[in-house]
Amino acid sequence: MPKFNMVQAINLALKEEMQRDKNVVVLGEDVGVDGGVFRVTEGLLEQFGPERIIDTPLSESVIVGSAIGMAVYGLRPVAEIQFMGFIYPAIDQIFSHAARIRARSHGRYSCPIVVRTPYGGGVKALELHSESTEALFCHMQGIKVVAPSTPYFAKGLLISSIRDPDPVIFLEATRLYRLFREDVPEGEYTIPLGKARIVQEGSEVTVIAWGSMLHRVLQAAGPDAEIIDLMTLNPFDEETIYQSVKKTGRVVIVHEAPKTCGLGAEISASIAEEMILYLKAPIMRVTAYDAVVPLPKLEDYYIPSVDRIKKAIEEVKKY
Amino acid sequence: MSIRPIESFTISRLDILDEKGNIDDSLMPPLSDSDIKKIYELLVLSRTFDHTALSLQREGRIGTFPSISGQEASQIGSAFALEKSDWVFPSFREMGVYITLGYPIHMLFLYWAGDERGFRVPDDLNTFPLCVPVGTQIPHAVGTATAAKFRGDKIAVVTYFGDGGTSEGDFHEGFNFAGVFRLPIVFICQNNQWAISVSREKQTASKTLAQKAFAYGFEGIQVDGNDVFSVYKATKEAVEKARGGGGPTFIECFTYRMSDHTTADDATRYRPKEEIELWKERDPLLRLRIFMEKKGLWSEQYAREVEEKSKKVVDEAVRKTETREPLDPKDMFTYTYGTLTSRQIKEMKDL
Repeated sequence: MPKFNMVQAINLALKEEMQRDKNVVVLGEDVGVDGGVFRVTEGLLEQFGPERIIDTPLSESVIVGSAIGMAVYGLRPVAEIQFMGFIYPAIDQIFSHAARIRARSHGRYSCPIVVRTPYGGGVKALELHSESTEALFCHMQGIKVVAPSTPYFAKGLLISSIRDPDPVIFLEATRLYRLFREDVPEGEYTIPLGKARIVQEGSEVTVIAWGSMLHRVLQAAGPDAEIIDLMTLNPFDEETIYQSVKKTGRVVIVHEAPKTCGLGAEISASIAEEMILYLKAPIMRVTAYDAVVPLPKLEDYYIPSVDRIKKAIEEVKKY
Repeated sequence: MSIRPIESFTISRLDILDEKGNIDDSLMPPLSDSDIKKIYELLVLSRTFDHTALSLQREGRIGTFPSISGQEASQIGSAFALEKSDWVFPSFREMGVYITLGYPIHMLFLYWAGDERGFRVPDDLNTFPLCVPVGTQIPHAVGTATAAKFRGDKIAVVTYFGDGGTSEGDFHEGFNFAGVFRLPIVFICQNNQWAISVSREKQTASKTLAQKAFAYGFEGIQVDGNDVFSVYKATKEAVEKARGGGGPTFIECFTYRMSDHTTADDATRYRPKEEIELWKERDPLLRLRIFMEKKGLWSEQYAREVEEKSKKVVDEAVRKTETREPLDPKDMFTYTYGTLTSRQIKEMKDL
């Protein structure tokens, strides 16, 4: 089986979906001739032509807005926003329209678009190239948010996202793009949206993460930890979390976004509402700090480190 | 070394039917007598709808409503030029467009009464629900035009917005995109001179709105927006150009919002009375009536019949709206995602 990194796995998913369904088109800045700034769309222009791999002007709002118009006409657009920090000009289109078209038209129209964007830090980039503002998108109902943590799951989740009837924000951790390779089968397989996976079974503590933070958790947690890769951030898989909490009674949630109103707040509030009698310790969050994402010099202080995660796990276990 | 002009533009304005009901024969589009009567009847129907909506709002039977009064020629003249297969992306003040497209009037009332079922667009109509955030529908139209071009469908996509919309980023991004890809799209701006309280002069320093198209590589034209024939002709030519692969066109309909921005607004706070008086004389319906009378297409009796018929249609629509079974509260969950989430299923039990 071929070993692929995440860039190659996503490229393969796009290629196979475009071969399968002629309605799938890709649009964004530099996605064509350049193959994308991370080379995720490399080779697609040559294979599918400029009508399906559309190099757009520098217009984030119209990249997403026109994807909405294409979807209404029956296409399955996959829009790329070059960095998550550049998605903000398109938020109006995502929040005001993509999320609401089904409701506004009482079901006449839907918006099956995917907005792919690299997110998170760890690659020493410029300002607004390391954002992790997934919670903004999770709060807005009508859209789904997906964040894969490995090449295999990236491919299967992207295929599901392209086929999903709702708009999906697909977050690709920049740090994971070329970090490692794993077996990625050619041909079709899907990973269902809305389902988490248990990466490691354990009995003492439940550690929840997604995207690049999952790999720090794997380094930090011992063999007695149950590790959950959330994968779909909205709607998130409550049931898998609750079942795990029932077993362990202790929870650590790790994310790269700041603590205040981060997704960890929602997850921990949900656990508190539903599972309070099973808890043996306070729910802990290991997150980035409530500060503006710093430039590379301070990045390592800002993003949760393996040590910080370790400490939190020890703390809840000792409680 | 030299400095010399390398590009220049001319902005044209089209006027066919004047306030006294005279037309320029050489510019008159080919419309049959029966077409002209249909247009007149649509103008009356839209005005009847508008008056009724304003009364219903005062009586608390519908919510906030934006009147189209004064803009009927811009709306009906343009929508009358479209084919059934064309796609339309209106803003929020296009009730005359919807009525011309054949949108069920009772559904429009239903929407303004606060019920989403009003914009469950009938399957045989290619129009979007109205769009509240100003100018943000422009990218959708651009996307649909991209898709139609991609599929090789010979259709035109039309989007409506106002003078205020031309200041929004989506206007500029959408125009630019349409120009780059030479899309089959027609941009129709109803320049009604006021964006709530902000006058056209404070909206942009451009002398015309039409000229903005030239910066994006396609043609813009200003038309008398209170002259239904000018609007029809410009739109007809633009949609035919679009369907034939000639790319986008921008039409600035120079018109006036006779009423408040919405029923929640009081335009006397910011608009001089004299301006309104001036525009009263330019009324789109009045000049069409005078023209038709001269042509022998209009009589007092015909006018009465048209008015009575419109009133009957609108009253029947109100009755249909107000006797409709109530909206199921569960619908707010049903139409958020394709399928219900587990959390939504729990929440629905609270209802």
